[in-house]
Amino acid sequence: MAKEYETVIGLEVHVELATKTKIFCGCSTAFGGAPNTHTCPVCTGMPGSLPVLNRQVVEYAMKVGLATNCHITQYCKFDRKNYFYPDNPQNYQISQLYLPICRDGWVEIEVPGEGGADLPGAGQGAGYTKKVGIHEIHMEEDAGKLIHDEWEGCSLVDYNRSGVPLIEIVSEPDMRSAQEVIAYLEKLRCTIQYLGASDCKLQEGSMRADVNLSVREAGTEGFGTRTEMKNLNSFRAIARAIEGERARQIDLLESGEKVVQETRRWDDAKETSYAMRSKEDAQDYRYFPDPDLVPVSISDEWLEKVREELPEFREEKRKRYRESFDLPDYDIDIITDSKHMADLFEETVALGAQPKKVSNWLMVETLRILKEREMDAEDISFSPGHLAALIELTEKKVINSTVAKEVFEAMFDRDVDPAAYVEEKGLKTVNDEGALRKTVEEVIAANPQSVEDYRNGKEKAIGFLVGQTMKAMQGKADPAGVNRLLKELLG
Amino acid sequence: MANVIDDATIEYVSILAKLELSGEEREQAKKDMANMLDYIDKLGELDTKGVEPMSHVFPVQNVFREDEVTNGDASGQILANAPEERDGMFVVPQTFE
Ligand SMILES: [Zn+2]
Repeated sequence: MAKEYETVIGLEVHVELATKTKIFCGCSTAFGGAPNTHTCPVCTGMPGSLPVLNRQVVEYAMKVGLATNCHITQYCKFDRKNYFYPDNPQNYQISQLYLPICRDGWVEIEVPGEGGADLPGAGQGAGYTKKVGIHEIHMEEDAGKLIHDEWEGCSLVDYNRSGVPLIEIVSEPDMRSAQEVIAYLEKLRCTIQYLGASDCKLQEGSMRADVNLSVREAGTEGFGTRTEMKNLNSFRAIARAIEGERARQIDLLESGEKVVQETRRWDDAKETSYAMRSKEDAQDYRYFPDPDLVPVSISDEWLEKVREELPEFREEKRKRYRESFDLPDYDIDIITDSKHMADLFEETVALGAQPKKVSNWLMVETLRILKEREMDAEDISFSPGHLAALIELTEKKVINSTVAKEVFEAMFDRDVDPAAYVEEKGLKTVNDEGALRKTVEEVIAANPQSVEDYRNGKEKAIGFLVGQTMKAMQGKADPAGVNRLLKELLG
Repeated sequence: MANVIDDATIEYVSILAKLELSGEEREQAKKDMANMLDYIDKLGELDTKGVEPMSHVFPVQNVFREDEVTNGDASGQILANAPEERDGMFVVPQTFE
């Protein structure tokens, strides 16, 4: 019988913090500047320059640590990690090795579907929850960007990203499948977005994951030799890289060969990973304490103040929504997945809109447009006041549902004021009974066949007549009212 | 000399340091490195039990900056340090990932 293997996975996740300035200098972290326009002697490693720590970086790191149940290292330091590469102008990266700011935490992940019935009372095919340990979180600086010019045989360097603050979250090797890895990343993303510490976009590189993976015979305790995979910039790439690497390692072991400890680069287009040449992989970082930076001492008061500033997280929010709003769990899960969407929902409801109506606009039209345009919930820019106004216009039948969708699109694009937009474009439903009756009579006169069909019992024929009336009214009628009037006139 | 540096070690160190050494330089580097390690071993003879590792000379802590942009575009001055410049970027010998 073939051997059963278990996959053992640990993650190193880099998250770019949402500070306005870099970690050790007053240069902007804004995206899109021309090359090297956000640089200074500190972030380009000029001799004699002196780094000074950005207080906000420490606060964000503390927040993420507290939100992931870590122990905060109240006396911590920075160390130099030495390596030579042109993206790193100092020839060392300032990081934390000996005293990282957070240690020994955990998060609870929710793994959907398929999995075993690990939850007490959960049925077959139900999801399960599981704790993933956080080994440590440390603060460090990002590197510059290299553009390779194959033609000229040179590389061009832009140091705008050099010195942008990062935290690196190192998990314990507690994950066993691609599904668990994705659930863990989702959990980190959601938690960090709730904190406002980063937008955590994998595609844009504000969240990056390196996967450490080994396999072992099921039921055994020791660890196999692991490899590290880099360059994974989507959930899909991560899932495929994990499946591919697991299969590669099992093949090696089955054919009596050994897994070599190495760094591999995932090529998503080719769906394969390859080992980085051993020269590039040569590592000896010769860490030592950075003498330019003084230690950070976090007082109990500071720690308490930061703890008090923690927001209501998704789990608590979900619980509260279940208790206070009559909404399906599905809606609650989607709304609370993004703090931005949850805030929008709550503020719109606070303005008097009915929760289910607000949720419907978010679940249907908002999600549709987000998906069509490949946008995130974080990118929604219309205001709660305008959504509440749109709901009121439909409730009061000032506009019908088709018109409401049109108004919503304009609102989604440019945050227009729905009432003003309806007025300006002349989209109000015609409530003039006389005008409506006249149009309906004309439609009846012009469509004798449909009228006859309806009278002969073909209920569906009325739909055609409603459509013709709506068309004649340029969409500005209440379809239910038209239907009623048609039935009345056709007797 | 108590320490001996073999060929494999000097090869590895030159990769890390991005140095290409000639045969002669190699032999000299092996000797120099062994000497340095002997010297470091000497320090190891001291009893440092109970002594906290020192990372900073002065008893100073918590020196912070507030998160406010204080630097503008100084790319002209920064790029003046580049051995070669193109399109606002530093030009360096080709590197591969
Ligand atoms: Zn700078």
